[in-house]
Amino acid sequence: MIPAAVIGVGQTNYKSKRRDVSIAGLVREAIDKALLASDVEWDAIGAVILGKAPDMFEGVMMPELYLADAIGAVGKPVLRVHTAGSVGGSTAIIAASHVCSGKFDTVLTVTFEKQSESNATWALSPRYPYSPHINAGAGGYFAPFIREYIRRHNPPENIGWKVAVKDRINALKNPLAHLQIPGIDEKMVSDSPMLWEPLRYLESCPSSDGACAMVIANKNLSNSRNAAWIKGMAVRSEGTLSAGRDEVNPQGGIDCAKDIYNQAGITNPRNEIDCAEIYVPFSWYEPMWLENLGFTDIGEGWKLTNEGLTELEGDLPINMSGGVLSSNPIGASGMIRFGEAALQVMGLAEDHQVKNAKVAMGHAYGGAAQFFSMWIVSSTKD
Amino acid sequence: MKKIAIVGYAQNKILASAGALNEVELIMPVVHKIFNSLGISQNEIDFTCSGSCDYLQGAAFAFVEGLSAIQTNPPIKESHVEMDAAWALYESMLKIQMGDADTALIYGFGKSSPGDLDSIISLQMDPYYISPLWPDRISLAALQAQVLLSNNIINEDEIMQAVIESRNNGLNNLNALIQTSITEDEYQKDLVLSSPLRVLDCPPISDGASAMIIASEDKAFNFSSNPIWIKGIDHRIETSNLGARNLSSSPSIKSAMKSLDIENTTFDIAEIHTQFSHEYPFLRKLLNLENVPINLSGGPLVGNVMMAAGLDAIGKVYEQLSTNSYKRGLAHATSGPCLQHNMLVSLEKNS
Repeated sequence: MIPAAVIGVGQTNYKSKRRDVSIAGLVREAIDKALLASDVEWDAIGAVILGKAPDMFEGVMMPELYLADAIGAVGKPVLRVHTAGSVGGSTAIIAASHVCSGKFDTVLTVTFEKQSESNATWALSPRYPYSPHINAGAGGYFAPFIREYIRRHNPPENIGWKVAVKDRINALKNPLAHLQIPGIDEKMVSDSPMLWEPLRYLESCPSSDGACAMVIANKNLSNSRNAAWIKGMAVRSEGTLSAGRDEVNPQGGIDCAKDIYNQAGITNPRNEIDCAEIYVPFSWYEPMWLENLGFTDIGEGWKLTNEGLTELEGDLPINMSGGVLSSNPIGASGMIRFGEAALQVMGLAEDHQVKNAKVAMGHAYGGAAQFFSMWIVSSTKD
Repeated sequence: MKKIAIVGYAQNKILASAGALNEVELIMPVVHKIFNSLGISQNEIDFTCSGSCDYLQGAAFAFVEGLSAIQTNPPIKESHVEMDAAWALYESMLKIQMGDADTALIYGFGKSSPGDLDSIISLQMDPYYISPLWPDRISLAALQAQVLLSNNIINEDEIMQAVIESRNNGLNNLNALIQTSITEDEYQKDLVLSSPLRVLDCPPISDGASAMIIASEDKAFNFSSNPIWIKGIDHRIETSNLGARNLSSSPSIKSAMKSLDIENTTFDIAEIHTQFSHEYPFLRKLLNLENVPINLSGGPLVGNVMMAAGLDAIGKVYEQLSTNSYKRGLAHATSGPCLQHNMLVSLEKNS
């Protein structure tokens, strides 16, 4: 595999409605920032890899066609990825594959969602012919998995509230984050309306407009640069109704994490990974994924959260940017995790920078907790 | 760069309406067909990639339902493009070239029968200025046909002959949806839908699924004594602004030809993803295929499964090279209005 690195990340600010820009304008805003950050000209871009969640979120079918100009793809290869909520991460990995295969030196990848153009919960609750209609949306779908986690391990009630508070405090240090809630505390979270037992309003991700772009290049271009070297990347999928599937601690997530740790030569993720951006759209998913990713033993994840170890100044900072709980342009949410991990090891995360972060993880999941994409990035090439 | 070969391809018989069959019921038979033909299972597959489009199903996450057709316990390395599965092939090749896989299963599926394809395809255009006008796919294609006719790049007789030839070739394709020939007289009497295109110039609404297996040089001979090598693959997109495009040529195809260095290659056979009859004489000239047998399967005019038809073009060239004396073939896949996004794949036997 040819070594590849992220040499520039560009993000829009995240808001519930970006009415000041079209879909094309939103996507281009992130791209312009990524190109500026990477100091790369359009001529250097060999291919463009576009990712987003379902087309019904905007009502544009196969939007790489409409966006060909805005994403600078005219005359170039363009690939459109869609792997449910994990898509932002999968797109980053497929973009890196363009480089690691030796086919391209430098590629541009961009993901977006402009949720204000449509209604995500409607789009996520399709009425399939010949099957019962589940008008659940994502929260309604995941709440039973969370209840099962709580039943198995009996953690204190306030773990979810703690995650919600911690991520929003981090968001206050990230000017791009959608939710900025000064003074947020556990009481504010526990007083917010119950949406899907046990998830309250403030334990849930927002609906955001936004885009995230990255430039990924091989060693020829990025030797002398500040770069986030990709040390391991992997995807795993399992069928929604696959027999024997454990939705609370999915095998796909376990296998995917092991795969990237092996590639990166990591034997003790808790000690060897300095910080991680993991996909936590609902508060309880922080402890659930900490266990699934092998940062701690099964049933112990909530203790890391409870002890404050996942805070920005903690032993294992998680979601320093504020995470999906603070900004959620669905199709981009995975790439934001991957891009924020890159920014950390490049030392460019500004107010939410983890001191001396050298190795970071990006993680995304999607579908019914069945699609996983992950990568490990490092500040050093070797 | 690693050499990669196609070692298997399978296609469901194309249906006008698959009725109540869901994604799983479309995909599972074709995946089993290809596995059985090679005597393997999902365990031999390192990477799986599919192509489909939610808008055809009318619901988000068509591919998620479809994944239930595949054995995913233990979990698999898998991905999905919201495009024709020809692009899933492209992604799979990258995985093999980077050393992450040696084998890949690619499948594409689509059901156009439940919805109104004309309205659906309108949503591929600029959502602010063009889609609200609901330009249907046939009118958009007719626009290009008219440009090609008025620039004398093609003529009406060539369009008609494309239909007649396609129908005749389709008689030999057991999976074709349309298996009837037509006469010049029948063509001339056919209803004009959007000038110059008649009903017979347009592809039939089709439901179906197809699957392909590729392998690296190291593994190809484990599956087949006669692998067909993918010599080159490239794809390019053009602007979505029809007013800014030169519809009488195809810069995307020309640059793909250049990058594959096939401008002077003589092919023995070709399958081109020509959904509308006028595209056939246009691309035949552009691709220098004047004396080459094209679309022996009948092509999209006798069966056009959205999100699989591009992969089918590649699969049909594979089949011809596998079973006949042809040595070198070219396949073409397309996406978007008026041939906006084009892929070329050159295939070779015994290289």
